Amino acid sequence: MDNIIEIKNLTKVFPGVVALDNVNINIKKGEIYSLCGENGAGKSTLIKILSGIYPKSTYNGYILLNGDKIEFKNNKDAETAGIVTIYQELSLVQELNIAENIFLNNEPSNKFGVIDQNKLFKKTQKLLDQVGVNNNLSEKIADLSSSKKQLIEIAKALSKNGKILILDEPTSALTDKETEILMSILKKLKKKGITCIYISHKLSEVLQISDRITVLRDGKLVGTKVSKETNFKELTKMMIGREINKVYQKEKHSILETVLKVKDFCVYNEKGKKIVKNVTFEAKKGEIVGFYGLIGAGRTELLSGIFGAYPNRISGDVYIRGKKVQIKNPRDALREGIFLLSEDKKKYGLFMDNTLQFNITISSLNKIIQNFVISKDKEIMYCNKMVNTLSIKTPLLSTYIKNLSGGNQQKVIFAKSLMVEPSIFFLDDPTIGIDVGAKREIYSLIKEIAKSGATVVLITSELNEIIGMSDRVITMYEGEIRGDEKIELTNRKSILNKIFGGD
Amino acid sequence: MYIALIFIWLFFTVRTEGTFITTRNLSNLSRQVSILSILATGMTLVIITGNIDLSIGSLMGMIGGICGVLQVWYSWGTLPVIIVAILCGALIGLLNGYLISFIKIPSFVVTLGGLLMFRGALIAINRGITISPMAESFKFIGQAYLPEELGYLLSIGLILIFDLIFVKSRNFNIKYNFKIEPLSKFVLKLVLYDTLIIIFVLIMNMYRGIPIPVIIMLIIIGIFTFISQKTKFGRYIYAVGGNYEAAFYSGINVKFIILYVIVLMGILSSIAGIMLTARLNAATVSAGMNMELDAIAATIIGGTSFSGGIGSIPGAILGALIMSSLDNGMSLLNMNVYWQYIIKGIVLILAVWFDIYYKKE
Repeated sequence: MDNIIEIKNLTKVFPGVVALDNVNINIKKGEIYSLCGENGAGKSTLIKILSGIYPKSTYNGYILLNGDKIEFKNNKDAETAGIVTIYQELSLVQELNIAENIFLNNEPSNKFGVIDQNKLFKKTQKLLDQVGVNNNLSEKIADLSSSKKQLIEIAKALSKNGKILILDEPTSALTDKETEILMSILKKLKKKGITCIYISHKLSEVLQISDRITVLRDGKLVGTKVSKETNFKELTKMMIGREINKVYQKEKHSILETVLKVKDFCVYNEKGKKIVKNVTFEAKKGEIVGFYGLIGAGRTELLSGIFGAYPNRISGDVYIRGKKVQIKNPRDALREGIFLLSEDKKKYGLFMDNTLQFNITISSLNKIIQNFVISKDKEIMYCNKMVNTLSIKTPLLSTYIKNLSGGNQQKVIFAKSLMVEPSIFFLDDPTIGIDVGAKREIYSLIKEIAKSGATVVLITSELNEIIGMSDRVITMYEGEIRGDEKIELTNRKSILNKIFGGD
Repeated sequence: MYIALIFIWLFFTVRTEGTFITTRNLSNLSRQVSILSILATGMTLVIITGNIDLSIGSLMGMIGGICGVLQVWYSWGTLPVIIVAILCGALIGLLNGYLISFIKIPSFVVTLGGLLMFRGALIAINRGITISPMAESFKFIGQAYLPEELGYLLSIGLILIFDLIFVKSRNFNIKYNFKIEPLSKFVLKLVLYDTLIIIFVLIMNMYRGIPIPVIIMLIIIGIFTFISQKTKFGRYIYAVGGNYEAAFYSGINVKFIILYVIVLMGILSSIAGIMLTARLNAATVSAGMNMELDAIAATIIGGTSFSGGIGSIPGAILGALIMSSLDNGMSLLNMNVYWQYIIKGIVLILAVWFDIYYKKE
């Protein structure tokens, strides 16, 4: 096979950091090629160079596309050349329909700029067939599931005559089942000669889908492996420079009295439909209770409902240490000792334009107040302690959150939660979009939290994570609890069966 | 922005053949800037929360009208008039804030409504005429000067406070190994600030002393800068504007924070209204017209972001100084009103343009 892309001696320097250090990569035509590495390894930088976001003048080295040197000035140049990037954060307009989204800024129109609806729908239909989506073209994006949205993104990329697709964490919001659908579509595209550059933190997925895998670490190329000839262990070793024996370290911790009891809890959506149906469960001191289910099973709504953050109607009773509590808003919840770490950290967790210390202390300013004034000394003392215990990698306490990597941002939210010292932690997908190294740290942190006597309610979309972390797993299907079992007494098959609505 | 200000001053000084930097004009300018600064202080907080208040110009006018009617027609004493005026401002802030924060009507809409209503109410209260004259004690607020000796005393106080704050923050940075500027630069900076304070007081005293409005402004700037930088409430203002949802999830009482900020804006507008009425010695129908736009411009020039969460009061004061200097200088040059509008508009856009460019670099 010919090389479609050759990257030669690529170096990119940011003030204070070498993001890419003399990297040489060849990508073959029609292969699925994966890039792996921890956050900050240089994957995103490489993609941004390939997709023209960092123009030619900002890096050293060169890139050949089909043997020709490329000099993209912007993203549009890259797309014209056939390199289309599908980003981690979906770039679809929620209020427009499928067809309008796919041809956004690329609408088939006559010379007066009037859109040719017929052509638009015909072309869209053809693309949707390619990616295996059978929804009506006039459906709004907002009404589609995450996996459908991801496939629409791919259709959009194909509409631009993309010969090389770059997929940045395409499955971070997908369930295992949805991921499989995506994988099969990618394999189909491969047969049609389309090259895919695939970036994912999920190594099992990478091993399954790709032909070759390249690992980056600290901006340097560690090595390239043929997928069939490597394995999970080797890749992780390459990524972090050491071997991980056990990702999840199971420990027996003592589980004592019931701390949280939720009875007949219901959550209604804005149209008044019940999306969480009479849920009853308990969580004990020092226990990690895992909630598993498909996206849309109502897990997130359940936790945000209990936390008082759900915007629509809820009903049911919540007891903390046997006492009935009324939680009307997150303020009440925090006062009762519940902290919620949301799945969407950018939207609900972080203040991007503020500093690390601002973010860590914002929920517990009372601890650093002296005579009505914020004591900078105390603030720094607490924050330093947090940065050390959680090993947050940051140049300064006054560094802006937007300049930290995803894993470190997540640790900042954990720091914020630890400052609050809650007795109940609601963790909604705490490892979403985080690399293996940071994930491992977060796992041991969660274990640590449980061991210290707090109660953890954990939601995750990864079955391995649920099985590896939880003492007890509660399965949900369409707003109902389908199973509530000790982890030793259940198995993968039984859990999977339940979340798809089986017995 | 400092450079822009110096440039503007130099330009007007040359063009007016020195009239611009006479002590009389600078004293006049300082009184102009006082009112705008107070409004810009409140506006900064409002814009940081991600909202806007278009009603403050009309509100100022209406409060002036209330002062005029109560004092001139009903012969109220100055103190009760002031108390009632400030209460009115707070009450209107409460109403605006309630509609914005609890009913969720966009602040643009609520305060655009206020802009029209309060102007109308002012004309109704005044019955369309100018009310004058105000009592001597009332005029004091806008027209009086601090005696020379007190002025010097104040300058010493200001210098002490400034130096103390700077030294404290430097010591703090040393303690935690934060980045500090070299000692020589630091001392130079202090000397520069101290000299500016002394020059300011000297110039004011060469005319008639520091104007009372300037004193009121300094107190308000001091209090509000302190609140925004040092207190829980201040942090929450930034948090609510930076990310409303995250602030809610962090347990902040988001609705009340916005309500309080709008109430403070109402109070500051009424203080500005009182000062304007006192300075003009009359309550006029057009008082405060377009002041909301000047205040917004000053805030934006001062680096406050319209998307919320970012901004500072000292920046807004600098913006107010630029806007007032333009007003003052162009009036001295007897420029056509249309030119005045055009130039102010251009400066606003250039300032933000420059800011964006600078941030990219």
